[in-house]
Amino acid sequence: MDENLRREIILDNYQDPYHKGLISEDGYLRINSHSDSCIDNLDFMLKIEDNIIKDIRFDGEACAISTSASSIIIRNLIGKSVDDARKILDNYNKMIHEEEYDEELLGELIVYNEIGKQPNRMNCAILPEKAILDLINQ
Amino acid sequence: MNREDFPILSDDVVFLDNGATTLKPKVVIDKMNEYYLSYSSNIHRGEYDFSIRADQEYDSVRDKVSQFVHCDRDNVIFTSGATMSLNMVVFGYMKKHLKKGDVVLLNKAEHASNILPWIKLREEIGIELQYIPLEDDYSLSLESIQKCISSSVKVISLSHVTNVIGDIRDVSSIGKLCHDHHILFVVDGSQSVPHMKEDFISSYMDFLCFSAHKMCGPTGVGVLIGKRELLEEMDPIFYGGGMNVFFEEDNTYELKNVPTKFEAGTPPIAEVIGLGKAIDYLLSIGMDQIQKQEKDLKNYFLSKIKEIPNFILYNPNSESGIIIFNLDGVFAQDVAIYLNHYHICVRAGNHCTKMLKDEMDIKNTVRASFYFYNNYHDIDIFVEALKKSKDIFKVVL
Repeated sequence: MDENLRREIILDNYQDPYHKGLISEDGYLRINSHSDSCIDNLDFMLKIEDNIIKDIRFDGEACAISTSASSIIIRNLIGKSVDDARKILDNYNKMIHEEEYDEELLGELIVYNEIGKQPNRMNCAILPEKAILDLINQ
Repeated sequence: MNREDFPILSDDVVFLDNGATTLKPKVVIDKMNEYYLSYSSNIHRGEYDFSIRADQEYDSVRDKVSQFVHCDRDNVIFTSGATMSLNMVVFGYMKKHLKKGDVVLLNKAEHASNILPWIKLREEIGIELQYIPLEDDYSLSLESIQKCISSSVKVISLSHVTNVIGDIRDVSSIGKLCHDHHILFVVDGSQSVPHMKEDFISSYMDFLCFSAHKMCGPTGVGVLIGKRELLEEMDPIFYGGGMNVFFEEDNTYELKNVPTKFEAGTPPIAEVIGLGKAIDYLLSIGMDQIQKQEKDLKNYFLSKIKEIPNFILYNPNSESGIIIFNLDGVFAQDVAIYLNHYHICVRAGNHCTKMLKDEMDIKNTVRASFYFYNNYHDIDIFVEALKKSKDIFKVVL
């Protein structure tokens, strides 16, 4: 992937993240997710209706990677079935850990396909995936 | 100065994370290696030459500590670090001697290790925690402390130098104030003992805690110093070998005297010996010289901050070698990752002072903390990297 395009997508989602800001509305599951090894600390809220991801929002303080990954994952998942959402998250996790994955499912998330080369940033990329998966599993 | 004493500095690294831990000079590493290579044995248990030498080396460190911070050598207890020392004070002494409604004065610039144990004790026995208001520059004034004193206040617990703002508290005046009001004075010396002269007796301290690894010593060892009569009344947290006189089937037991009763099990022998060498080493440089070098470095850095775009400095007034800052619009962790690209080591986060956000209105910052082995060249590299930071995301993404 072109490095400038990769940087542009990440930076756009960091500086103007999608669905950042929580709302006080019923019907959402909520979770806090923070890293043991760095200072990323984000709250997520998720609404599922009829087995479809209706909404996900997040807020908090986190680095460029964690914030942008939250933004892109949320944009990818809204409107998907719970099963499809699981598949996307599973493939994203495999990509981050440099295992075999299906690129077709990930859309813009492939901007993180080389994050495994920076082990200290893998946790940043994984944080939103783990949090949203935990919510779905609730 | 003394950079040649630190093998790690021969690499191209600018180490500005000394508030977290300091580098170790070769003499300290050699001293610990000597124990492992030449006389590795347990202490206070053997009659053979190795063991007798280990006893002598270990016990001599109590003398070194007592001379270093001016206290009685028998009131020096070796712990795993300042965190353990503070927990021993809170759960070994205070839990036994404070009662419901007694007030402990803290402040929101304190490290977690000097707040969280107190919160837990409050939960257990119902003491009241009050936070002394900080000044506009987040420092702590004697006047502010005086205003909080009442007959219910039994303890004031604070750091001599704070680990984020780096302000130096007037511990001798605060100690005198505590002494005059019969208030126990607990001092976290983690960020002061490595950087300046500390005086337990003259500052009317009741307890003093610090860690070796922040003063050129090894990790895993620290110190608790207490007044004799308080240590006599303090319970150990850990029980086991080495600290008892006897124990019987009828559940009777007797503990050894202070300080031995607080050092159950095999202590970190090599680390204590390493701490002793670190003290020798620091004294050979001179604590006044160390403090002056750090202040000179901070002043040199401050003279250059106008050249750095988007630089927000939070502690211009503090006297120690700590710089707390952010680059406007960039998350602290991304700044730290960016600086790592230039082999500059700093810390990003809340620095374990999670309540300070209430005062500063910002959760996360970048901390650059200097020690005597940093030099003007380090500062120049640091400033140049920050000046180029408008391209930060080209580097970190």
